[in-house]
Amino acid sequence: MTAHEYAVILVHSTSHAMRAEKVLCDQGIACKMIPVPRHISSDCGVCVRILHQDIDAARRVVEAASVEIESIRPV
Amino acid sequence: MIYLDNAATTWPKPPGVAEAMLHYLNNVGANPGRSGHRLAVEAARIVYATREAVAGLFNAPDPLRVVFGANVTEALNLVLRGLLHPGHHVVTSSMEHNSVMRPLRELERQGVRVTVVGCSPQGSLDPTLVEAAIGPDTKMIVLNHASNVVGTLLPLAEVGRIARLHGLLLLADVAQTAGAFPVDMQADAIDLLAFTGHNSLYGPMGTGGLIIGERVDASLLEPLKRGGTGSRSEREEQPDFLPDACESGTPNGVGLAGLGAGIRWVQERGVQAIRAHEMALAQQLIDGLRAIPGVTVYGSLDATRQTATVAFNLAGMQPSEVGLRLDDEHSILCRVGLHCAPAAHKTLGTFPVGAVRFGLAALNTPEHVRTAVAAVRQLAKEAR
Repeated sequence: MTAHEYAVILVHSTSHAMRAEKVLCDQGIACKMIPVPRHISSDCGVCVRILHQDIDAARRVVEAASVEIESIRPV
Repeated sequence: MIYLDNAATTWPKPPGVAEAMLHYLNNVGANPGRSGHRLAVEAARIVYATREAVAGLFNAPDPLRVVFGANVTEALNLVLRGLLHPGHHVVTSSMEHNSVMRPLRELERQGVRVTVVGCSPQGSLDPTLVEAAIGPDTKMIVLNHASNVVGTLLPLAEVGRIARLHGLLLLADVAQTAGAFPVDMQADAIDLLAFTGHNSLYGPMGTGGLIIGERVDASLLEPLKRGGTGSRSEREEQPDFLPDACESGTPNGVGLAGLGAGIRWVQERGVQAIRAHEMALAQQLIDGLRAIPGVTVYGSLDATRQTATVAFNLAGMQPSEVGLRLDDEHSILCRVGLHCAPAAHKTLGTFPVGAVRFGLAALNTPEHVRTAVAAVRQLAKEAR
């Protein structure tokens, strides 16, 4: 059980976030690019927010597009 | 005024290009990839959209392997200086621009062995001669897709297959063909594609870049410069992932906005349609010039085997005088001389005098060609 509705995918750079957003969108996985939440440290200013329930599917899609994921964090 | 210097840079640009640049300057303005606020994100989106457009145009699978830079020269230097080291051997053609020749001659001084395969006096290249030049230390073949002097197309796909067969990398300089002739990284077996934004992609000057194919180990590519990337900011070492590893410093966001618009215009017209239009103009120009007594046209003389760049000379008149009189008396703008390609002019037999070059592009018309041919005919009469 989780209390989290969303998760954020943290990647290395803004270009990587754009690429992740594009491939998720293409695969019909709901996502939105947002500034990295303040309590999470990341070197890139933006991250991709997804539904918590889509974490596994999103991870597969993003990694298949050769985008390295730093981490996926529930928010 | 008729602008026929499109092989140096295309002009005019399609109207959407300046609009996209103005939009960026007036409404976006922020530094792409440097912050998370809405304008920075919008700026990053514009740059990323151009990255995708470039990857799409050249059939490159991963837009993150598109590295933007100031021009094709920077892209060529990045590859040549970043991957070739003393003891390596590299093969190129005698029709290359100095953007390839000068970095190679410097590398040669440092201990890289360089073989320049001779092309025919028409500027064409026999791929079997390239294969014959390959040795145990050969790492790379560097080839322009079309000559900037006479437009002759080189057999990129055939050489690409030879490179694959021998486990070598093919670096293609598509400065003269990108947007004007189909270029497909997969079909043409191109490992490293260096492009300029300001020619037939119709972007502004100051844009260009490199696409790094999947066969290239990018960790071996030594960046030309290191610095801020907006990523890995806690570290004082350069990031090792693309595109950031090779994109230090604030990018040319305004220019890349314009380049994106230029590529969209090319895609809307269709590269094949642009090619058909330019091929017809090129043949009209070649035939028109060849019919003038005293005119020598260089290259293949066959528009199917070249781009819409045509070089010629007029008996009894120096290229510089032809260029000046075309400008002063006929308002026709072209480029004369050696076109930064002494090796190509030596191959064509036009060194050191050079030639007059008419570079046509998608926005030229048959009427432009008729007027230009009539002007040369007038000069030819006066030269005799």
